[in-house]
Amino acid sequence: MIRFARLLEQLLFTPQRNTKIHHLSEWFQNTPMPDRGWGLAALVGEFQSKKAKPALIRAMASTKIDAELFAISYDFVGDLAETVALIWPEPHLRPNSTPPTLSSIVSALGDANAEETKTLISQWLDISDTTTRWGLLKLTTGGLRVGASARTVRLALAHAYGKPVEHIEEIWPLIQPPYTALFDWLEDKSPRPNADGKAVFRPLMLAHPLNDQDMASITPENWLVEWKWDGARVQLASGQDGVRLFSRSGDDISSGFPELTKPLDWHGTLDGELLAGQPHDIASFQDLQQRLNRKKPSVKLMQTVPVFLRAYDILIDGENDLRQMPIEHRREILQQTLKTLDHPAIDLSAVLPFTDAQQLDEWRQKCRDGGLIEGLMIKARNSVYHQGRVKGQWFKWKRDPLTADVVLLYAQRGHGKRSSFFSDYTFAAWANHGDQPDGEPVLVPVGKAYSGFSDAELKKLDAFVRANTIQRYGPVRELKKTLVVEVAFDAIGLSSRHKSGVAMRFPRFQRIRWDKPAHEADHLDTLMKWIDS
Amino acid sequence: MSPPHPSRWIRPLASGLAVIDGMGAPRFHIDATRANETVIVTHGHADHARPGHKHVIATPETLAIMEARYGARFAEQVTPLNWHETMRIGDVDIHLVPAGHVLGSAQIVLDSQGSRVVVSGDYKRKPDPTCAAFEPVACDIFITEATFALPVFSHPDPLTEISRILTSLALFPARAHVIGAYSLGKAQRVIALLRQAGYEAPIFIHGALQKLCQLYQDHGIDLGKLEPATSGQKGMPQPALAGQIVIAPPSALSDRWSRRLPDPLIIMASGWMQVKQRAKQSGVEMPLILSDHADWNDLLATIDEVDPKEVWITHGREDALMRALSLKGVTAKALHLIGYEDDAE
Repeated sequence: MIRFARLLEQLLFTPQRNTKIHHLSEWFQNTPMPDRGWGLAALVGEFQSKKAKPALIRAMASTKIDAELFAISYDFVGDLAETVALIWPEPHLRPNSTPPTLSSIVSALGDANAEETKTLISQWLDISDTTTRWGLLKLTTGGLRVGASARTVRLALAHAYGKPVEHIEEIWPLIQPPYTALFDWLEDKSPRPNADGKAVFRPLMLAHPLNDQDMASITPENWLVEWKWDGARVQLASGQDGVRLFSRSGDDISSGFPELTKPLDWHGTLDGELLAGQPHDIASFQDLQQRLNRKKPSVKLMQTVPVFLRAYDILIDGENDLRQMPIEHRREILQQTLKTLDHPAIDLSAVLPFTDAQQLDEWRQKCRDGGLIEGLMIKARNSVYHQGRVKGQWFKWKRDPLTADVVLLYAQRGHGKRSSFFSDYTFAAWANHGDQPDGEPVLVPVGKAYSGFSDAELKKLDAFVRANTIQRYGPVRELKKTLVVEVAFDAIGLSSRHKSGVAMRFPRFQRIRWDKPAHEADHLDTLMKWIDS
Repeated sequence: MSPPHPSRWIRPLASGLAVIDGMGAPRFHIDATRANETVIVTHGHADHARPGHKHVIATPETLAIMEARYGARFAEQVTPLNWHETMRIGDVDIHLVPAGHVLGSAQIVLDSQGSRVVVSGDYKRKPDPTCAAFEPVACDIFITEATFALPVFSHPDPLTEISRILTSLALFPARAHVIGAYSLGKAQRVIALLRQAGYEAPIFIHGALQKLCQLYQDHGIDLGKLEPATSGQKGMPQPALAGQIVIAPPSALSDRWSRRLPDPLIIMASGWMQVKQRAKQSGVEMPLILSDHADWNDLLATIDEVDPKEVWITHGREDALMRALSLKGVTAKALHLIGYEDDAE
C-alpha cells in the first residue's frame, strides 16, 4: 500500500502524460500479482469498497477529532479523503506492523459489514504515514482523481509489456479484477483472452483531412461519400454477454444510453454517430452534450432528449468478421442488417450519389445551412477496416470554419510548458445594452481560445499582455481593449456560459490583426446570425 | 490587590497592536501596519517590518535586514536590543527572546503593572540552522499567530523533506531542480538544510535572493558556495543549470525568468504544500512541506508550555484555534489584526 500511495501522489503532481506513463509502467513492472491487478482496478475505477462511503469515513473521523474542528478543516481542504488523512494522529513507531498490501485490503473489505469496515480502516490508518493514509482512503472510497484516465493507464500497460494498446482495449470488457488473464497474456504466459462472440470494443478506423491534391482523385467510381454528422462517434457491440456502447476512446458508456443497450437478437458490431433527437428531427450538439454528461440519465431527460445511432459501418455480423471486406460490400450487409433489426433508435447514414469533386465542394459549403452536419466523409470503395488512420483510404472534408473579428479582453497564464506565457484568452464582440439599443456599444465576452497561434506569435501576444494590462484579478489580467484577433470556430450556439449569451465550439486563433482598430471588430448581432436552429 | 487586567495597557488598534499610557495614547506599537512613532519590530518580513517609522526597536539582525531591504534611512532612529537585554518605555519593561521564525526574529516580553504579556510574533518550534531556537516564556497573556492553526497541519521533519530533493536529483539528473522559496528566511533555510543533508555543489540563486543570502553569511550562517542563476541570455535555456539546484522567489517560477531553466522540475517549499490539492493547483511538481510557522500541534504544545491565563490570536485561522482552546478551557480571543499576510509563507 505504501508504494501504491506514492504512485498516486506522483501521478497527482506530474503534469506530463508521458511521465505519468513512466511512473505507472514502473509500478506495474515492480509490483507482484495480485497487488498489481488490484492496483490496476483502482486506477481504472473498477474497485471500490461497498461499505466505505463518505458518511462512514466521517464517522471514523469523529472518533478522533471534535466535530467543529473537523468541519473547519474539511472546509479548508475540500477533499474528504485528504482531510481525514491529515487530521489522523501520527502513528507511533511499531516496527512489526506495516500497512496492509492491496490484496489483503481487498480481501478483508470483501464481505465486511459497515462496522467491521470502520474498524479495519481505522486500524490501517493507525499504522500508516500521511501519504499512505491518503492513498488508503482514496482507494477504499473509490474515485482516485489523480489525473490519470483509464486510457492513460492502459497506455502504460502497453508500454510496460510491449503490447499494442488496441489489443488491450479490445479484451477489456472480458476481464475482471485482479485481471489474472490479462497479466498472464501480457507476460506471455498464456494466449490473449478470446473476444469472439463477445460485446467488446474494436479499434476504430479514422480519417485524414482532405487536401487539395487528394481532391482531384475523388470520383464516383472509386469513392463513397456520406455526410459527416455532428454528433459523437460510437461503437455498438452486441454479443452473448449483452449489448455495449463504446466511446471513440473505447470507454464503456452503455449505462448512459439505455435506449441503445437493450438486448438484441443479433450479434455483431456497428460503427456510427450518436445523435440527439429523432432520425427525422436531429437535435443540436448542445442537447447531445446533456446526455453525454450523464452516467445515468433520468427518465425525464431520456424523454426530452432522446438519442439514436446513425450507423455507417459494420465490423462484425454474427460470426463473420467483415473487417477485411471492402466497405462497398460491408455497406450492403449493413443495410440488410439494419432492415432486419428494425430498431427504433438505429438508422442508416445514407450514401450520397455525386458527379464530381466540384459538386462535393458545393455541398460541403452548403451543409452549414442544414446544421448538424460538419462536412463530408469520403471513403475509398475498396477500403478494408483498418485500425487507426490509414493513408489514402478515408478522408474527412469539413465545412470551412466560421470566423469573427473579436477584441481580446482578458488573458491568463497557461499550464505546464506554457506556465510563463499568457496563452489563455477571453475575447469579446461589440453589443448594445438591451435597455439602451441606441447607446454606445460595449464589449461582451463571447469565448475563450488557447490555440491557433505559432510559438513566435505567442511570444508577441505575451509581450502585448505584459505591456497592456490595466487590471489584475488574481491570475487574470484585464487588457487594454485594442487588439483584434480573427478567431475561427466550428459552430456557435446559445449558452449561459458567457455574458453575451452565446458560446462557440472550438474557437481558435486564425490571425492576429495587429493592424485593425478595435471599433472595427464584429458586433454580437453578426455572430447571432450563425446560431444553429 | 490583584494587578489590573493587561488590556488596560495593551490593545489592538487600527494601526496594529499598541501599548498605551493611562490616557489611552499609544506609547509604542508592535509591528505597526503603517508608518508610526515608536515601533518594536518582531522580525524582518515586509508585512511586519515596514519602512517609514520614526523610531524602530528590534534585534540587531532584524535592523540589518530592514536596512538591506529599505536602505540605511528606513527610520529616523534605531535602537538595537540584544537577546534578554531590558529597556524601559514609560512603566513597561521590554526584553526580546528568540522566536525561531527567521534570522533575528524575536518574541517581545512586556512587563507592566504586575503582569507579563508575550507577543510571540511569527514563530516555529521545528529546528532551523539559520536562527536561534524559540524560547518559551511563562506569561499572563500569550499573543500568538495562527497561520497554520488547523488540525490538518502537522509539518514533517525538515531534514527528511529536504532529502527528497537529493533523491529526485539522482533520479532526474538532467532536470534543473528549481525551488520556490520566500526570499527572507525560507530560502536560506532551504540552502542550510541542503548543506546539512550533505549537498556540497554550488547552489544557484535568483538575483532577488543575493542580498539577503549575503547578509545571512555575514551573520555567520554557512550557506556554502552560491552562484547567480541569472547570468546568460534572457529567455534562452541555460544548459549549465541542468541537474543543478536553483532557488528563486515563488513569483519567479511562473515568470519569464524561469524560461532559462532546462526542463525545470518545479519544487515549492512552504507549509501550505501539506494540502495536496492545493499544491497541485499551484502547478507544483514536487511540494516540499517546509514551514517557518508553528504547526497545529506545536501551537497547542507551546500554549500548554507558557501556560497563560489568556491567549490572544493575531492573524490566521483563529476560529479553529479558538475552538481547540475552548475545549481545553483556555480563555482566548481573536484580535483580527489586518495587514499581515500568510500566503507568502
